[in-house]
Amino acid sequence: MVRKFLIFILIASFSVIFINLYQNFKGQDKLNDLSTYYAENEPQELGAQNLVTSIVVTYRGFDTLGEVTILFLAASIIGFFLKIKESDKQKKRDLRKTSEILETASKILVPLIFLLGVYVFANGHLTPGGGFQGGAIMASGMVLLLLANPEKNVKHSLFSGIESISGFTYVILGLLGIYFAYGFLDNRVLPLGQFGNIFSAGLIPLIYTFIGLKVGSELTNIVGNLKETQKETE
Amino acid sequence: MEYISLITGFIMLMIGLWGILSQKNIIKIIIGFTIFDTAINIIIISIGYISGRTAPILDKAVPVKDAVTKIVDPIPQALVLTSIVISLGVTALMLAYALKLHKYKNTLEINKFKDLKW
Repeated sequence: MVRKFLIFILIASFSVIFINLYQNFKGQDKLNDLSTYYAENEPQELGAQNLVTSIVVTYRGFDTLGEVTILFLAASIIGFFLKIKESDKQKKRDLRKTSEILETASKILVPLIFLLGVYVFANGHLTPGGGFQGGAIMASGMVLLLLANPEKNVKHSLFSGIESISGFTYVILGLLGIYFAYGFLDNRVLPLGQFGNIFSAGLIPLIYTFIGLKVGSELTNIVGNLKETQKETE
Repeated sequence: MEYISLITGFIMLMIGLWGILSQKNIIKIIIGFTIFDTAINIIIISIGYISGRTAPILDKAVPVKDAVTKIVDPIPQALVLTSIVISLGVTALMLAYALKLHKYKNTLEINKFKDLKW
């Protein structure tokens, strides 16, 4: 009872703070200085149509490197934490047979989902989307495959390989910027190309492709690890 | 428009906080955390919104030369991209811990885990 009362008091005080915040909130009516700079100079400087992508990959590219590192850390901690014994790995789980609808649908849908994922991260500098979103779409295709074939396992060595190679290439591409352009993760190593084309914006599409592969394989590894631990309990 | 999403964000934030504090099942607490994350993302996005403007993508709808007067603030959107990825990592870690806790005690009831109480 006391507990419920304390929770109620906490939430009530939070709502007082929020009501104050809400009453003093004034929507912006123009861009602030930094965003104005990005909006005015980005097309000439970096040549990417999607401003969010240019901020994520180039202007604040170092943040994205840290973000990718955090995702990598989370994936590897889960892999370490959910490691199961060799004897458990051989166990057979008796699962219900997958329904025919799911099996047939997965054969048609999985290649299309992968195609959509590749489209989303290859066009990250032109349309909404990018490496993280495309990687998540590809991982969802892998989840569909796992649901359709529950006795198969994720091949961790393959996905760890893809992940480390693409992460390494991302850093190498960033380092190229120091020698051939104006700084770490600068995209002007390659020519900027014509504004709005798929081969434009220098290194941004390449970097986003590698981020997409890395995120997709990391998420697949996480899902695979979560699935395999269930063998332990039986 | 930004006021609607701001209110939605605040209400969702409170629902998430209530879920974290009052639920007993670990999975439900994790769901509370994800609602909390989403609410904060909605609030950040609504702060960057400018009414009557469109997404920061300079295609046919937004000519390059008057981009400044036609797009919303792109920086909060870039930050939210980061925050979504972090919250995904945190959620995956919490689920992994929940699996391990369930393995050792065979329950997900948070009141049964008293090892750290003194």
